[in-house]
Amino acid sequence: MSTDHVILEMRSITKEFPGVKALSNVSITVNRGEIHAICGENGAGKSTLMKVLSGVYPSGTYTGDIIYQGKNVHFKDIRSSEEAGIVIIHQELALIPELSITENIFLGNEPTKWGAIDWITAKKTALELLARVGLRDDPDTLIKNIGVGKQQLVEIAKALNKSVKVLILDEPTAALNESDSMHLLDLIRGLKGKGISSIMISHKLNEIEQVADSITIIRDGKTIETLDVVADGVNEDRIIRGMVGRSLESRFPDRTPHIGEVFFEVRDWTVQHPQVAERMVVKGSNLNVRKGEIVGIAGLMGAGRTELAMSIFGRSYGNFISGHLFKDGKEIVLRSVADAIDHGLAYVSEDRKALGLNLLDDMKRSIVSAKLSKISAGPVVNDSKEFGIAEEYRKSLRIKTPSVNAGVSKLSGGNQQKVVLAKWMFTDPDLLILDEPTRGIDVGAKYEIYGIIQQLAEQGKGVILISSELPELLGLADRIYTVFEGAITDCIPAESADPETLMKSMTSARKKVQSI
Amino acid sequence: MSEDTSTRRSALGDLKKIFGSGSSNLRQFGILFSLIAIILLFQYLTDGLTLSSGNLINLVSQYSYILILAIGMVMVIIAGHIDLSVGSVAAFTGIVVATAMRDWNIPWPLAIVLGLFVGMLIGAWQGAWVAYVGVPAFIVTLAGMLIFRGGNQVIGNANTVPVPDGFTTIGSGYLPEVGPNTGYNNLTLLLGLIIALAVVFSELRARRVQKIMGSTPAPLWVSILKVVLLCAVIVYASVLFAGGRVGTSFPVSGIILGVLVLFYAFVTRNTIFGRHVYAVGGNKLAAELSGVKSRRVNFLVMMNMSILAALAGMIFVARSVASGPQDGLSWELDAIAAVFIGGAAVSGGIGTVVGSIIGGLVMAVLNNGLQLLGVGSDWVQIIKGMVLLVAVGVDVWNKSQGRPSIIGLLTRKKKTTEFPSEPPLVVPDTGTPETARPQSTRAN
Repeated sequence: MSTDHVILEMRSITKEFPGVKALSNVSITVNRGEIHAICGENGAGKSTLMKVLSGVYPSGTYTGDIIYQGKNVHFKDIRSSEEAGIVIIHQELALIPELSITENIFLGNEPTKWGAIDWITAKKTALELLARVGLRDDPDTLIKNIGVGKQQLVEIAKALNKSVKVLILDEPTAALNESDSMHLLDLIRGLKGKGISSIMISHKLNEIEQVADSITIIRDGKTIETLDVVADGVNEDRIIRGMVGRSLESRFPDRTPHIGEVFFEVRDWTVQHPQVAERMVVKGSNLNVRKGEIVGIAGLMGAGRTELAMSIFGRSYGNFISGHLFKDGKEIVLRSVADAIDHGLAYVSEDRKALGLNLLDDMKRSIVSAKLSKISAGPVVNDSKEFGIAEEYRKSLRIKTPSVNAGVSKLSGGNQQKVVLAKWMFTDPDLLILDEPTRGIDVGAKYEIYGIIQQLAEQGKGVILISSELPELLGLADRIYTVFEGAITDCIPAESADPETLMKSMTSARKKVQSI
Repeated sequence: MSEDTSTRRSALGDLKKIFGSGSSNLRQFGILFSLIAIILLFQYLTDGLTLSSGNLINLVSQYSYILILAIGMVMVIIAGHIDLSVGSVAAFTGIVVATAMRDWNIPWPLAIVLGLFVGMLIGAWQGAWVAYVGVPAFIVTLAGMLIFRGGNQVIGNANTVPVPDGFTTIGSGYLPEVGPNTGYNNLTLLLGLIIALAVVFSELRARRVQKIMGSTPAPLWVSILKVVLLCAVIVYASVLFAGGRVGTSFPVSGIILGVLVLFYAFVTRNTIFGRHVYAVGGNKLAAELSGVKSRRVNFLVMMNMSILAALAGMIFVARSVASGPQDGLSWELDAIAAVFIGGAAVSGGIGTVVGSIIGGLVMAVLNNGLQLLGVGSDWVQIIKGMVLLVAVGVDVWNKSQGRPSIIGLLTRKKKTTEFPSEPPLVVPDTGTPETARPQSTRAN
């Protein structure tokens, strides 16, 4: 058979870890100049497969063949795969924040003249590369001073410098806002025009549907199917069916809201940036939450959603300037996180690894960590109560773990998120603020977390849901506030909201709304 | 897997539980074996001198103050800090107490209270800089190291100051002789008996708790074997301690150490404060967002260290019957080494009191054994340095290979066969790997 149009083929790759088969007989074929998406739930084996391809797991630690440009290749480390033109860009970027764009692009690959780094050539090349990825920043800018979206572009420029033929992108848009994502996807399409193949791992199925030419679906370490996007008429539901092995009739569980009185109110909330005194990250915001209600907050990255939430939660962000909080009709003053917890607030942060969990801890300790006093007699923690409570949550939230004694770092993203939810449910809050509760977790776990959120509302708790995914807000929330540049611009009941109206209010300072 | 090997593995797994639960278990298990190996090695090389009554008594009273420092130090290190000032704080407290007793004639029990109070003040001073001003503990305690060493010399005019007899009890006193003449020190024997009984009871309790928690306890014979072995060691040790030269027995400083170990092991493992120390060291931001007052925790941990340093300083002064300008030199290094050999992590969040004590004992036995062999202090330092490097190096290397330790390797097979139904969870890195990722810009 002619393999001229095929650039890369992985044949029957099997990778075993002690006692477990992570990949069994996985095969994928990538054509020249195509965008090939790999879909699968967390833990399905996508990352492992890419690590086999990029030489992180060297040749010999797996079985099967990698045929690249017609030759059977054996990469012994990342360097050797990069030399061959296969470059992987990790979800969490591998750039050095204190170095400039140029320095980062040429890190480990510096052009030299007489043994010293030739900065003139480096800068010239950097400018060319940046032009190719459409980044117009000064190449001397430090990485820490540019946004995540631009950093992603720098990574791609770095890959182009290595004359990349196959670019592997692991969740490239996970941390990007809508417009940065669009730009990145356009760029990947542009690279395709220049004959560069891309392999893309993403949980954002709408993006895959837009850009991918073919899709390989992996489930439980096995190839399930490879779809041709155009020929097979692939849509999101089709992909989901392949990933979870069942079709999700609805992506959101059914719910009939039982909404009570307003019980929590934020008035004229203004917060200053912690370092830059003249910058107000939250400006005169008003919002309220009713019992049993899910209130959505929509806004682009950097609009001040997280800042608003964290400053309400015991002033854990920024410098508090002015504003009032009312709960059950009485004004409350929350000077610390401990105050906020005592007053029945809970905040599930958007970054569960940096802010939500102590990754050194085990699951049972994590669950009780925000309200140890509840299982303690005086200063002494009661171990068996702790165990019992952790077991309860493990069962009721269906957290997949060998035991509650297992370290949280060993759990998958979705299960970690459930642990964080359990931790805050244990504090028995009246108001839960959920900041991007489904970021980076797979479809099946998302559905379960939606169910948990709805249950909490059903119990009469108020929920504030911050999300970058508009379908999620539209599917869950009863009312949606939009935030733009630190100010609340609109409040839209879910029945009359659609992505277009939301996006309009999220991108312009239309009007100031008190509340409805 | 045959029936026989599977029970042996679970026995090993159960034996590990001597150290309670936590991620540094396996490491401590390994270090305990190293300690036993070192003791046996020196016992052989010194023709039985290592495990003689005189030497054991000497060992305890000579190293108890370092081990007391290790208790405080492990908490400081778990919280993510370091304390370089402990030697100077010990010396400073020693001279203050000695001078107070000489010049103001205050009675010795009051002097001890004064010493602890001085330690508390120093700790509050250093803790405030660390916790509320935000200066790294390395800098604060480096400054403290100079300040309090100088303070010692200012107060004592760089001379030694003797202490009265009563005071020396805490450093060179022994359990008194009471009851009938058995040829042994009766109180020491009684102490051994009490500890042995405590071991039996704690094992019974552990089995009961395991049952409540739904995990199957190890087979009964394992528990019995464990208890019998431990009790044999305890009885043997108490007979050795009780059968020393007339007038000597188990040192008072050893009793103080034992009480402190029990107390702090409990505090770190079973109290809210202990949990908070681990939480702040493991992920400060997450801890703060869970309502932990991290500044208060840091303040208390630093203060506690200085109080224990003051106590160690007084015990040392009591043992050497005078306070001098060279007291406590390089103690901080011994204490820090003990903590790291005992399995703590430089980055914080990991470590245990019991582990640090075992680590400290490794250093103590090594020191003592080499001295018995007549090895000069030059070579003792070289060997101690190598032991520290190799112990931590083996640990780091094992971690980077994805193996907790040699013992972990032996028990590993069992873990994976226990949960065959959920393969993705036990794969070291699939999906969103927490450890396999490149250290990225997030650290910024």
